[in-house]
Amino acid sequence: MRLRRRLAQRTRIGVAVALLTVAAVGLAGCGSSGSGSAPAGAAGGSGDTITLYNGQHEQTTDALVKAFTAATGIKVNVRSDDETVLAQQMEQEGRASRADVFYTENSPALAELSGKGLLAPVEASTLASVPAKYSSPTRDWVGVSARVSAIVYNTEKMTPAQLPKSVMDLADPKWQGKISFAPGETDFQPIVTSVAKTVGDQGALTWLAGMKANLKGHDYPDNETIVAKVNSGDVEMGLINTYYWYRLRASLKGAAMHSALALFAPQDPGYLINVSGAGVLKSSKHQAAAQKFVAFLTSAAGQKVMAASDSFEYPIGSGVLASEGQQPLDSLQPAPLTIGNLGNGQHAVQLLQQAQLL
Amino acid sequence: MTLATAPAGGSTVTDSASSTVATGSSRRWQRQRRRPVLAALSVAVAVLVLLPLVFLILQAGQAGWGEVRTLLFRRLTWQLLRNTVELAVLVTAACMTIGVSAAWVVERTNVPLRRVWAVLLVLPFAIPDFVTGYAWSSIFPSVHGLWGAVLVMTLGLYPLVFLPVAAALRGADPAQEEVARSLGHGRIRTFLRVTLPSLRPALLGGGLVVCLTLFAEFGAFEILRFQTFTTTIFTEFQIGFNGPAASALSLALVALGLVALGTEGLLSSGRGGRGRISAASRQASRMPTRRRLGGWTAPVVLALTALAALALGLPAAALTYWMTQSHNTTLPGVSMVAAAAHTAAYSAAAAALATILALPVALYTVRRGGRVAAILQRSTLVVQALPGLVIALAAVFYAIHYAPWVYQTPELLVVAYAILFYPLAFVAVRASVVLAPPRLDEVARSLGRRPAAVLVRVTIPLIAPGLAAAFCLVFLTAVTELTATLILVPTGVETLATQFWAYQHDASYGAAAPYAVALVAIAAIPSYLIGRWFDRLPSRRSTGAAPTEAGASQ
Repeated sequence: MRLRRRLAQRTRIGVAVALLTVAAVGLAGCGSSGSGSAPAGAAGGSGDTITLYNGQHEQTTDALVKAFTAATGIKVNVRSDDETVLAQQMEQEGRASRADVFYTENSPALAELSGKGLLAPVEASTLASVPAKYSSPTRDWVGVSARVSAIVYNTEKMTPAQLPKSVMDLADPKWQGKISFAPGETDFQPIVTSVAKTVGDQGALTWLAGMKANLKGHDYPDNETIVAKVNSGDVEMGLINTYYWYRLRASLKGAAMHSALALFAPQDPGYLINVSGAGVLKSSKHQAAAQKFVAFLTSAAGQKVMAASDSFEYPIGSGVLASEGQQPLDSLQPAPLTIGNLGNGQHAVQLLQQAQLL
Repeated sequence: MTLATAPAGGSTVTDSASSTVATGSSRRWQRQRRRPVLAALSVAVAVLVLLPLVFLILQAGQAGWGEVRTLLFRRLTWQLLRNTVELAVLVTAACMTIGVSAAWVVERTNVPLRRVWAVLLVLPFAIPDFVTGYAWSSIFPSVHGLWGAVLVMTLGLYPLVFLPVAAALRGADPAQEEVARSLGHGRIRTFLRVTLPSLRPALLGGGLVVCLTLFAEFGAFEILRFQTFTTTIFTEFQIGFNGPAASALSLALVALGLVALGTEGLLSSGRGGRGRISAASRQASRMPTRRRLGGWTAPVVLALTALAALALGLPAAALTYWMTQSHNTTLPGVSMVAAAAHTAAYSAAAAALATILALPVALYTVRRGGRVAAILQRSTLVVQALPGLVIALAAVFYAIHYAPWVYQTPELLVVAYAILFYPLAFVAVRASVVLAPPRLDEVARSLGRRPAAVLVRVTIPLIAPGLAAAFCLVFLTAVTELTATLILVPTGVETLATQFWAYQHDASYGAAAPYAVALVAIAAIPSYLIGRWFDRLPSRRSTGAAPTEAGASQ
């Protein structure tokens, strides 16, 4: 009797599991039907859909994509992840890539794809709307916005006079436990490249060793955390790009800030303008629409969206100026580091690995 | 080496080996002959599950030996090896200690609110590692490095030991313990000499899964700033554009996983054939008597409360804090309902698939036994040591080269999840196959039933609780999966985890909190069900029995 009842109960559970299985597989199946993209439209007109692999901050991309779709009728499927993971993914995908456009925070991920021959040439008119120094030397991706590296410091713990004037000074033992930076962020690699260009590989390794020692206790995973920790007084200074601070200020909605930005001395190796850019995949079956999207990013319309959004990066195309309160891009005096110097960033990565920071 | 803390000595043997002993070689030969379909299915599952390993070998091969050598034999690698091994040993030991103690208290004592504890003690497993990690590091910023990682991971993973050990304690025949006591052994001696050895398969199995899970863990360590092989593999992939190098490091991780598996194998294959409770005696077993805690009640309840407070209360407090914080973010919003629906659908499909995959392998390896079965079983478990990122990139590779039409479809994501979490499903299914008497199958078959009918009418009903547990375990783990999801999710589809990632990545913790709460809520349902199922599992028939017998405890 008991055994029979038990078997009956177990059968019910078995049936329940089976039903759940069927339901789940069915549900997952349903989800797939809507995910395919529309067939290619040769003209790249209204009704087309393109796929954007997005390594840029989502708030920036979202505003641009909405404006683009409103202007052209072309829909954009956005896939967001770390730009380097996306670059890896596109290398794996090769000619079968689903991506039409790749939009990144920094140039090395684009340079990597360019080096692998996966990018198509950008239309000449698009390239012409941005100063040539901000785009690919091989003309297969275009600069969209600029980002400036700087120090963020806690205004209750530091005065502007105490701040180091050079990124090289940050390795001084007197800053031990007082400085934070994120060696794993792609924003840090250009600084390493720049330092190595200035003082050589050996000098860069010495500098990195000092930086590593000073980082103790404040090795936060990303720049967002660093700027928040500086603002809250957990650490005195952080090495970031300026827009992180503006974004923190925007998200705190007028609450009192306990931190401020400071630029390094002119032409200091830590004083960099980095470029966020976009390129069209050679394998894209929607070349016209994809080129249209990249052209929109650098157009006056796109650049104005960027300037008005919560992105706080510098517009660089079509003569559009930065939002109020930011120091004008023209007045900046960064180190003379070119896109070509940065490459795909692998030399910087190797130095970081030798310094045991990666 | 990683499981060196498990009880030494004792007398049980592995289930696979012992079933051989129990059933005799002639019958084994018959069964072997009768199960070609099961064998073929098991091998097919093993091939599928091991595809990521083949991918790793191909990738590492591309890098060439020179580069692999520079990467593997640098100072950082030894540091990583030390970190990973130290962490694995400490956390596995701590999880075993806590898991066994908690299981013993819940199953064998008259602790108040027993059923409540049975559920509360399982729930921490439903909290995503990155939530626990962030909770600790935001409330106690000093919690980081090795000891921070040990603390956070132990609190998150001990249910993996608690669950099987509690089930084993319920299923164990109390007669042996009673005999030991009647022969004059003290309570502690009886526990160490009789109870603990009978728990060995459950304890070692749980410890093994804990250890392998640690190898693959990423999210929590990134937040706690603790470098392991897996965090470095992520760095190589993410920053280094160096797939081959990352693959080489992943192979080192596989080697570590094999060491853990081998250690478990050595520890669980002791001497002799006695000690395993035969399935027949299980059917006849009685409810063990519950020990009266008496004066120990207060300290024991206090300890359980402390455990629940640390493992459950603290993350809950952090989530509540986030919820009350400003939800302001500069990020665009998406529909939480749609994200939750995607999460639930993908996870449920993956849980079903993983359970179905685990079924033939569990049946085959437990009932057939022997060396081939042991290899099959162990080789598929090693996948648990691989990070989700590696499995996802392997899925990209195979899909692009051999089945481009499935790329970035929900189906591929579900298959990748199923491979990623197959070991969890296997462990749960196997546990209940071990409990189910093969004799009933044989009787059914001797009565002329076809094998398929026997499977549906007899075997599956008997092991249904294990299948349900496997489904729930995989479901709740898949709900909180992040890295593979980011790579394989269909473009434009958001899940709760990808949305949490987007906000958390932007340090918008207030905005991320509702997603984390939704994740925990979805994952808590199966955790609760597992807790209940394991609680009721083998003792349903004895619900009428008095829970304690005062006389027997003295």
